Amino acid sequence: MTAPWLSGAAGRKVRWTLIDIAVVAYALVPVLWIASLSLKTPATFGDGNFVPREVTLDNYVEIFSTTLFTRALINSIGIAGIATAIAVVIGAMAAYAVARLDFPGKRALIGVSLLIAMFPQVSLISPLFEIERRLGLFDTWPGLILPYVTFALPLAIYTLSAFFREIPRELERAAMIDGATPAQAFRKVVVPLAAPGMVTTAILVFIFAWNDFLFAISLTSTEAARTVPAALAFFTGAAQFEEPTGTISAAAVVITIPIVVFVLTFQRRIVAGLTSGAVKG
Amino acid sequence: MATIELDRVTKRFDDGAVAVSGIDLEVTDGEFVILVGPSGCGKSTTLNMVAGLEDISAGELRIDGVRMNERAPRDRDVAMVFQSYALYPHMSVRENMAFPLRLAKRDDATVRRAVSEAAELLDLSEHLDRKPAALSGGQRQRVAMGRAIVRDPKAFLMDEPLSNLDAKLRVQMRTSVSRLQRKLGTTTLYVTHDQTEALTLGDRVVVMRDGHVQQIGSPQQLYDHPANLFVAGFIGSPAMNLMPAELADGALHGPFGSVTLTGRLRAATERRDPARGAAGVVVGLRPEHLADHAPSDPEVLRRAVTLTAPVDVVETVGSDKYAHVELPEQPGPAAPVAAETGTARIDRQGTQLVARLPGSSGVRAGEVAELWFDADAVQLFDPTTGANLSAPSRAAPGVA
Repeated sequence: MTAPWLSGAAGRKVRWTLIDIAVVAYALVPVLWIASLSLKTPATFGDGNFVPREVTLDNYVEIFSTTLFTRALINSIGIAGIATAIAVVIGAMAAYAVARLDFPGKRALIGVSLLIAMFPQVSLISPLFEIERRLGLFDTWPGLILPYVTFALPLAIYTLSAFFREIPRELERAAMIDGATPAQAFRKVVVPLAAPGMVTTAILVFIFAWNDFLFAISLTSTEAARTVPAALAFFTGAAQFEEPTGTISAAAVVITIPIVVFVLTFQRRIVAGLTSGAVKG
Repeated sequence: MATIELDRVTKRFDDGAVAVSGIDLEVTDGEFVILVGPSGCGKSTTLNMVAGLEDISAGELRIDGVRMNERAPRDRDVAMVFQSYALYPHMSVRENMAFPLRLAKRDDATVRRAVSEAAELLDLSEHLDRKPAALSGGQRQRVAMGRAIVRDPKAFLMDEPLSNLDAKLRVQMRTSVSRLQRKLGTTTLYVTHDQTEALTLGDRVVVMRDGHVQQIGSPQQLYDHPANLFVAGFIGSPAMNLMPAELADGALHGPFGSVTLTGRLRAATERRDPARGAAGVVVGLRPEHLADHAPSDPEVLRRAVTLTAPVDVVETVGSDKYAHVELPEQPGPAAPVAAETGTARIDRQGTQLVARLPGSSGVRAGEVAELWFDADAVQLFDPTTGANLSAPSRAAPGVA
């Protein structure tokens, strides 16, 4: 028997609120915990308190005082940003072709890109390492940008072609009649209308490149190209036998911030119904 | 200002389907030509070929005498209005209308002037900064027209530009499209499936069916002298009454009784191909040629035919009454008529007639009415080819 307050519309609301709280808590508790750790002093790391008893910013000061972290942060921003830009531009062109044109080998292209997306990346590390070393790409920005673009493209093409398919074909035809070349029609009509899709894709690609650890740890050896996730593994404590828990936590919090900012900034641009009014509505 | 010539223009799709087969059409400078036909007749494909949105499989398209087949749409200097309007949703009305000029790299002053002139003409001046989503259907339609006219193109191509509007607005916009075209004097090719729109707008109308031209002529020519059964059934609302009949002893025997042939019709029957043998014809009679009273002209009265039939339905449209009357069943060349006209009404094969009577008429459903018609007003069609036997000139292209 259900209690009376748990039945009907009000009950449904209560049940859903409880479920939502549970889900959000489940997702956020580890984040809050790491934030809490980053604010603790070395003496209180192990005390098991969720809310730090002594709050200190020493950990943050410390990570920004060494080039290990700052250099890695620059690498991360640069590599993820460039990889995102390249993947979105190439992905947009490829996705447009997939969405609009009927060319020989289209199915094969889609199949292969799906295959790349599903391929276990770890099995490619050794060959990639060898190839990049011979080509002089090892431990360079391009050496990381290249695999990121490769593995992000299938995702980009899939997401973007779905958005392009939504754009009424007559708009492109109208643009062609109005005097646009196919390239102009794409740039001035299709791309602006697919902007929400481009932003969505950019966020996904950026997060993928930003969070990657596997390629970053295997294809870099110095600060020249090491990104933050890899750099975290090289953190050392202040003293030789001290665990660098505080600094790692602080660094983890810091690298979460760009993602949150990125998503929040562009989320506003992901407006549904941008295409309304193009054709009879 | 331009002429558009289609010289045996054909569209064959990759799967072998022929959408348009060998269209010949010459649109003179400043003319308003309508392509009309049921859906799938190839009228939009024809328009798209003129625009350059579809490749031409065979034949030649010339604008101002210059071959256009291989030119990209932007090099043809034509403007198009789409059924869906195809406005750019991310641009304001002003930007939408300026878009073609910007692409043509006109200077800012020219663009501003052209846009404000067009906006003035179309009564859009106060909406210039709004986005298409914020406009009503009629306003969007006008923006689409505006985008076409700012460029001052050689020709306007319009693909059912009014079909997305509600009935009242459609009639209003029909008048303004007509006024605008006359004012600008720009050669216009206009596609519609609505025969009323075709008749009211066009200087000339091209009736198409299954990729073939059925007849090209002025609206009045099409109405008075349809080239074949298809045009007869398609043009006019309510549609022409089509009934099977037999020719014997200089008279016409049909569900309406027997009619002595007049001189014009006798000549028409003689044009029939004797090899086809059968004495069957299809009789066409416009609804307005049926009257519920005897004609006053004694000359007409002498030729007049009377028929008495029960009235099935009466539709009142204010100024007129459409009386549907039942005629006795009669065996005749039913199948070809149905096939040629493709109208559902023919299912009731020649037994139902529509009479267009004045609004003051006293006909009532369920009663028996006495209707009169002038025997000389009927048209005779060949039941096998569908060709109009009684047309004054048989030069008009018939069905293949």
